[in-house]
Parts: sequence; C-alpha cells; structure tokens
Amino acid sequence: MSDATTLDPQAGAAVDAQPQDMTSSQTSVIDQRPTPEVHAQCARSPLAHLFTARDDGDAGIVLQEKAFLGHLTLRGDPAQPGFAEGVEAALGLALPLTPATLHQNEGGRSIQWLSPDEWLILVPGEEAFTVEKALHEALAGRYQVVNVSGGQTVISLSGDQARQVLMKSTPTDVHPRAFPVGRGVPAVFAKATLVLRRVSESEFELVVRRSFADYLGRWLLDASEEFGVCIKG
Amino acid sequence: MMHIFCPYCGELREEEEFHVKGQAHIERPKDPEACSDAEWGDYLFFRNNPRGVHHELWIHAVGCRKYFNITRHTVTYEILETYRMGEQPTITGETKADPTTQAKGVSA
Repeated sequence: MSDATTLDPQAGAAVDAQPQDMTSSQTSVIDQRPTPEVHAQCARSPLAHLFTARDDGDAGIVLQEKAFLGHLTLRGDPAQPGFAEGVEAALGLALPLTPATLHQNEGGRSIQWLSPDEWLILVPGEEAFTVEKALHEALAGRYQVVNVSGGQTVISLSGDQARQVLMKSTPTDVHPRAFPVGRGVPAVFAKATLVLRRVSESEFELVVRRSFADYLGRWLLDASEEFGVCIKG
Repeated sequence: MMHIFCPYCGELREEEEFHVKGQAHIERPKDPEACSDAEWGDYLFFRNNPRGVHHELWIHAVGCRKYFNITRHTVTYEILETYRMGEQPTITGETKADPTTQAKGVSA
C-alpha cells in the first residue's frame, strides 16, 4: 500500500504542508458525511422519492427506509493475529466467524459475515467516520476498510405478511426454521441482488445498492399491495 | 431447482446464486516461453468434454463470491462433491463406477 496522504493527485507538493487525517496504517481517510446543517438541508436518501409516509390501515406489510446509515466493508484474514481482537476493540462487537451470521448491539451497530474474508458493518450514520478511523487504528497488516455509505441503503421489512412478500421475491428459504434471527445472506431478489438479514423475530433488513433502490422499492410496493402497506416516513 | 453446497458458506444454496466457470485444475505452464505452439494452444483453448465425471470450477456469485470446485456427472447432472480451491477431488472417473453403462438406452 502506498503512503499517499493527499486526496488530490495534483497537490503532490502540499503533502507535507497539509497532512490529512493519518492513521497508523498509512491510509488516508476522510469524513464523507457533510456537517449536520448541510446534511439536514441537502441529503436525499435513495428512496426518499418513493417511500413517502402511507398507511392503508390494517397493513400486513410495514416498510421503512433506514436512510443515511454508515456502511463499511471490511476485508482481512481472520486467522491473522490480532485481526478479530482489533475488530472487536474498534467496533464493540465480536467478529462473526460462522458463515451467514450477524452480530448486532443495542447501539445500532452490526457486523455481518459475507465471506471467509469479508464483512459488512452497519453503524448509525454519524458514527461511520469514527468507526472507520477506529478500525484503521486497531488493525495492521493486510486488511481493507472501505466506507460505502453513499452507495447503499437499508430497507426495513416487517409486518404479519413480511415472509409472503419475501417468498414472492427470492429463491432463498425464509422459513423461520431456515432463516432464524441473526442470519444474513446475500440473495437473488427480484432478479437483482441484495443482502437479506433477519434482525429480529418480526423484522427483516434488505441492504440494497443505491442504483437498485428505485427498482427494488417499486417491486416491494407492488408485491406488498395485496396485503396493505404502511410506510413509515 | 438444484441446491448446491458451497464449501465456504458451509451449506446448500440455490442454484441461481452460482455460475459455472469451466474446467477445473487447469495449470498454467510454468515457463510459457518454452512452450510449443501446440502446448500453449492446448492450455488456452482445449478442454475436456467427458461423458461422465467432470471436475468444474464454479463461483458462488451471489454469496461469498468465492471460486470452488464441483465434481459433476455430465450425464445425470449429479453433483458428486464440492471442494475448495487448492484441494484435490476424492471422486474421479476412475474411482466412480460409470453409471452411463447402466444408463445406456435410457434418455440421458
């Protein structure tokens, strides 16, 4: 890994003059989130145009976009000394080593196994940069942390008929016996892909790419129509 | 729909999540400069097409995105085993009695 410290390749001369936020890993990281005032004024989530508050009354499906969360992807070899410990120290959650599992805490943080060397970390939006920096501080050697918050969003799917909507959309077995709380897998969903996870008895989370959000949002609204839809704004 | 066992995810997943990537265990010649055209052409273009047990490279594309190997019977479509990259198959055409001999005359 290079020891580049500037984000502007043209500003090579200014490297020493204006050190960026540096960590022990020699990786430059910036806070991608604008200041709270700018964020409040300008930020538009990928589903803001589609998921406007609605209540059909006696709705079987409850949808909500969990907008502006912090999404980080973490890669590394869990057999590497200090890796699992470092993640736990930085995040406050144990690194899941069992395939297709998810660890979460009361503070809204979660870490999900995606692959033997890849995890998805979700944190409240304002914590993304803090956690990203903490991971860089705690880890060493061959690893990678990337903030992908701008590229993804989360849809919460709950309600009595939630499983019916999932069964229409994905070949993944979502029966409670096969898909217990704490399980999360990438899935084929309405011919697109997303990450499907069960965060509680009653709630599924769908982590979708920004570019798929409109399509999948419309698909979900259509698939939910027959059960009655409540959208929390 | 078939369920395929991913050796990295450690469980059976839906066929839609996987893609096949061709014959497994193809070794790049260690010294390409020393290859004859025939050897290099064989490495690049020529693949086995057996009637029977075949070792294939697959990827769990919607999932862990890891490559792994499948030993598959090309007549019955039966998946005999899946194993990780770098491992060797325990079932080969020699160890497995060829069921095509019994299957002859049956639409395969």
